[in-house]
Amino acid sequence: MTIKLTIMDQMAQIAREHGKTLAPLREDLVLLDSGLDSLGFAVLVARLEDKLGIDPFTSAEDAMFPVTFGDFVKVYENGAR
Amino acid sequence: MARAEVQSLRDCLEGATRERFFRDRAATVRVDDLKRGTSLGGRLADFAGKSVLLAAGSQLATALALIELDGIARRLVILPPDVDPGHLGALSAAAEADAVVIDGASVPSEAFDLPLRVICTPNIVPGGERPLARLPTEWLLLTSGTTGVPKMVVHSLASLTAPILPVRQADYPVVWATFYDIRRYGGLQIFLRASLGGASLVLSSTGEPIADHLARLAEHGVTHLTGTPSHWRRALMSPAIGKIAPRYVRLSGEIADQAILDNLRHVFAPAGVGHAYASTEAGVAFEVNDGLAGFPAAFVEQPRNGVELKVVDGSLRIRSPRTASRYVGDTPAPLADGDGFVDTGDIVERHGERYRYVGRRGGIINIGGLKVHPEEVEAVINRHPRVRMSLVRPKRSPITGSIVIADVVLNESACAGEALPQVESDILKLCRDALPRHKVPAAIAFVPALDVAATGKLARRHG
Repeated sequence: MTIKLTIMDQMAQIAREHGKTLAPLREDLVLLDSGLDSLGFAVLVARLEDKLGIDPFTSAEDAMFPVTFGDFVKVYENGAR
Repeated sequence: MARAEVQSLRDCLEGATRERFFRDRAATVRVDDLKRGTSLGGRLADFAGKSVLLAAGSQLATALALIELDGIARRLVILPPDVDPGHLGALSAAAEADAVVIDGASVPSEAFDLPLRVICTPNIVPGGERPLARLPTEWLLLTSGTTGVPKMVVHSLASLTAPILPVRQADYPVVWATFYDIRRYGGLQIFLRASLGGASLVLSSTGEPIADHLARLAEHGVTHLTGTPSHWRRALMSPAIGKIAPRYVRLSGEIADQAILDNLRHVFAPAGVGHAYASTEAGVAFEVNDGLAGFPAAFVEQPRNGVELKVVDGSLRIRSPRTASRYVGDTPAPLADGDGFVDTGDIVERHGERYRYVGRRGGIINIGGLKVHPEEVEAVINRHPRVRMSLVRPKRSPITGSIVIADVVLNESACAGEALPQVESDILKLCRDALPRHKVPAAIAFVPALDVAATGKLARRHG
């Protein structure tokens, strides 16, 4: 599974677990409008570390958290290289 | 006005000459109007000597009631918005409440059937004659660290405002805002800072989208803004963050790491970025303004502003005029040790000239400001027939500071047969059914064994 599909898959699962409705995951979707809240994203980052073996936010001390879904995926794609 | 002259909170409004406001999403109150009028429908004198539950749904109504009733009521019990309705009866009894302030947004409760019940509204009407006698009102705040009925601690206007040091008047109108709720210690500090400092205040509203909230802060010209690291991380994820330009940015309520401090400095340069260390019991111990995580070792060696720190068994202890005086109850546990130091339970380690935070004693986990007792989560996990034992621990999160992780040892019968993913999903379902969302583990790791310390307890590591 590609990094992007893994992220989409995990977001859908967390939304289900948290009883939230996930917005269509377009590149320019603002993450805060996706339906997941802070706790949802915290769980997402923890699960992605399990699945992808990286946590790009904690490993780089000055990493800015992305604003859109497209940026979020890029951070993981860049981190995986 | 110098702090020593303050007799009641309302007195500190008298000296204000500038156009000042307190506002939330729905309403605006001119501080000038409040000096001559009342939000309590002319019932102020009825509150003399009463123990009052502040149960308004809105923060603005609570702020107005605090201003009006300090110095008049015997006790003000500040109920936070997320208080469990099932605990209200016990809290009311423990506080010996005989009056309640509500508003249109209050959640109805039998606990509010008290001899005096008054509705507070942001529509200030003239009048509100004040009784002449001033009482040293007790301010009761709920602690967040316990399971079961929350404990209440007793503060006074003096202890709550002791951390607010006199500052040079700014040459611009100061407008404070907080992502916090002012019914918790961290938010209450900001309400008092605005009140005593001649400033205005923009309050948050429950359920308001962060983008709308930030737009509102921008519209009202917020200059001083405060929240927990988790509040700030969430705000930084919003495209609306660019709308605000605070001159001072403050973090408290959770441990601030270097990443969030650097991010805020980068985004809001040249604004000052400071982080405060505080707890409901101990009050504000100190503020750190050098842009670095942790705090200077000099703070421990040399008392500053009347605050003494010491480190005992790794845990930070604080003695100062800013601490609460006691817990409320028939046989309350002591709040401080024999020497008057409050044990914070926050474990610190010295590295050179700096102390760094390494976690909570007893493994208490802080998820975006909400505390989790690992034992509570372990008890639920251990109900699963395949689980022999479990250890719930924090893992660093770039978003909520920490997140809950569970290490689980399965019993022999689990090794055969059932697939691990199925057991994992069953355990998570068990947790989701029994626990609030923030307590449910983000991930489960199946491990062959867990360390047990000499005391026979699970070995918990700090941090």
